[in-house]
Amino acid sequence: MTEPAGTMLAVSRLQHRFGSGPDAPTAIGDVSFEVRAGELVCIVGPSGCGKSTLLRTVAGLLSPTGGEVVLHGERVTGVSEDLAVVFQDYSRSLYPWLSVAGNVEFPLRTRLGKAERRARVAEALGMVGLGGQGGKRPWQLSGGMQQRVSIARALAYRPALMLMDEPFASLDAQTRADLEDLLLRVRAEHRTTILLVTHDIDESVYLSDRVLVLSKSPATVLKTLDVDLPVERDQVVTRGSAEFVRLRTEVAKLVHS
Amino acid sequence: MSATTAVRPVRGPHRAGGAGARRRATSTLQRVAVPIVAVIAWEIAARAGDSPFFPPPTDIAVAFWETWLGGPASQLFLSDVAVQNILPSLARMLGGWAVAVVVGVSLGCALGRSATAMDYAGPLLAFARAIPPPALVPVFLVLFELGTPMQLATIIFGVVWPVLLNSADGARSVHPVQVQTAQVFRIPRRQWVFGVVLPAALPKIFAGMRVSLSLALILMVISELVGATNGIGLQLALAQRRFDFDTMWAAVVLLGALGHLFNSVLLAVERRVLAWQPGGTRKGGS
Ligand SMILES: Nc1ncnc2c1ncn2[C@@H]1O[C@H](COP(=O)(O)OP(=O)(O)OP(=O)(O)O)[C@@H](O)[C@H]1O
Ligand SMILES: [Mg+2]
Repeated sequence: MTEPAGTMLAVSRLQHRFGSGPDAPTAIGDVSFEVRAGELVCIVGPSGCGKSTLLRTVAGLLSPTGGEVVLHGERVTGVSEDLAVVFQDYSRSLYPWLSVAGNVEFPLRTRLGKAERRARVAEALGMVGLGGQGGKRPWQLSGGMQQRVSIARALAYRPALMLMDEPFASLDAQTRADLEDLLLRVRAEHRTTILLVTHDIDESVYLSDRVLVLSKSPATVLKTLDVDLPVERDQVVTRGSAEFVRLRTEVAKLVHS
Repeated sequence: MSATTAVRPVRGPHRAGGAGARRRATSTLQRVAVPIVAVIAWEIAARAGDSPFFPPPTDIAVAFWETWLGGPASQLFLSDVAVQNILPSLARMLGGWAVAVVVGVSLGCALGRSATAMDYAGPLLAFARAIPPPALVPVFLVLFELGTPMQLATIIFGVVWPVLLNSADGARSVHPVQVQTAQVFRIPRRQWVFGVVLPAALPKIFAGMRVSLSLALILMVISELVGATNGIGLQLALAQRRFDFDTMWAAVVLLGALGHLFNSVLLAVERRVLAWQPGGTRKGGS
């Protein structure tokens, strides 16, 4: 299979069932899409439709029962280099025996020298608004703060591809807006490719180059919408534009259909 | 005795300030008061009963002093009997326990992380741990050289199970999302074992270690009752054979004190090492 230049991720005819046998639940029915390098694609769909399963399959944590995932031109069989995941279950993905800084640093331990590691950790924690909280234990933080720690861990890792599963779900509106803009800045600066699952329709339009709307379980792609908003997004201006309103209405109609 | 039901003692909440200090003082008093009353009651009952098998505590205390203490300062005031018996006993007990901990933790963690290995080894483990360790003393008497080798074998084989099974349990308990996190960031094997599996299993490992430590003390005594040339257990048996019940009880008291001491030390270590646990932080005081 030859791919157009710049395609980073190609998912084709992906299917996933849990377990075997005739009544094994099908989480993903038939999903195909592509993501170009540097793109930010959001996935929306009803609860339980298989979004997390899709992300796990793309990450190489689950092997699909049908179809394939091609990353950097190679078929995914395990977890690839240069990839980070922000799990939906963020509190479980932090190690309680490590401090907040220790958690962010953990993936860098064998990869970077001490000084560089420390700088990266401080920078990432600062970016998510948790500077000065590095010495605490994760369980001493609120849910929203824990979620930001797991985002900071992914940012400090500086992956080529970042998979985020409802990364802002536990945040208040203001912090959420700040982190949305942070994500857009990081993407512009490091050319990170981002695949982000959200249940917030406005958020999906605000962040994306493209929105992928999934159907009820078992998931199929209902529609792919190109978001033709200016590259520079602004929480007030962009969200007030006519095009934004048109897109969010279209996504909402699809999700509720 | 179940290896997996050992629980960490829960310390009750207390308030800061003078009221808290006063309350702590009262509770210490209460804790000390009960044993004192018990000992006095024992003294009175023993004097009234006048049975040679149940000497009064004061006689036991005298025997304790004469048997174990009263040595020179260079020997930490321990008597020659103490130096020649307590030290070898403790060396065997702690040595055997240490070996069992190392073997149990490494084997247990490996088993806990491998579903297939656990499937194969599970029934065997269940059987092996169900064997009462003292029942193996005669077997080990035949298999090993009399004395230290046989005693060590008894202790190691007897105490390895609680550590092994608890470690396996703890290693299995690493949450799937924690496992996937390590996979996503491609955490190298060493870091995975020592940075994730071991810390996750540590609370269980400590529970197993405490059960094993008290078992080790028991097995140390039992293994010294036959064919030993020294040891607290031997002294206990000798005293019994020459009808010196004061000394016999003095050995029993010594064993109780040692058991309590080891348990307290291990608990203190555990509290330090597991301070990261939610609710397991040191709250000052006590
Ligand atoms: N490990 C598993 N074993 C069996 N079934 C599973 C497993 N994980 C998920 N499922 C099922 O697969 C379906 C999709 O689950 P998934 O977690 O991917 O949904 P989701 O779209 O992420 O939902 P949400 O928006 O609530 O997070 C669900 O019906 C779920 O019950
Ligand atoms: Mg999900």
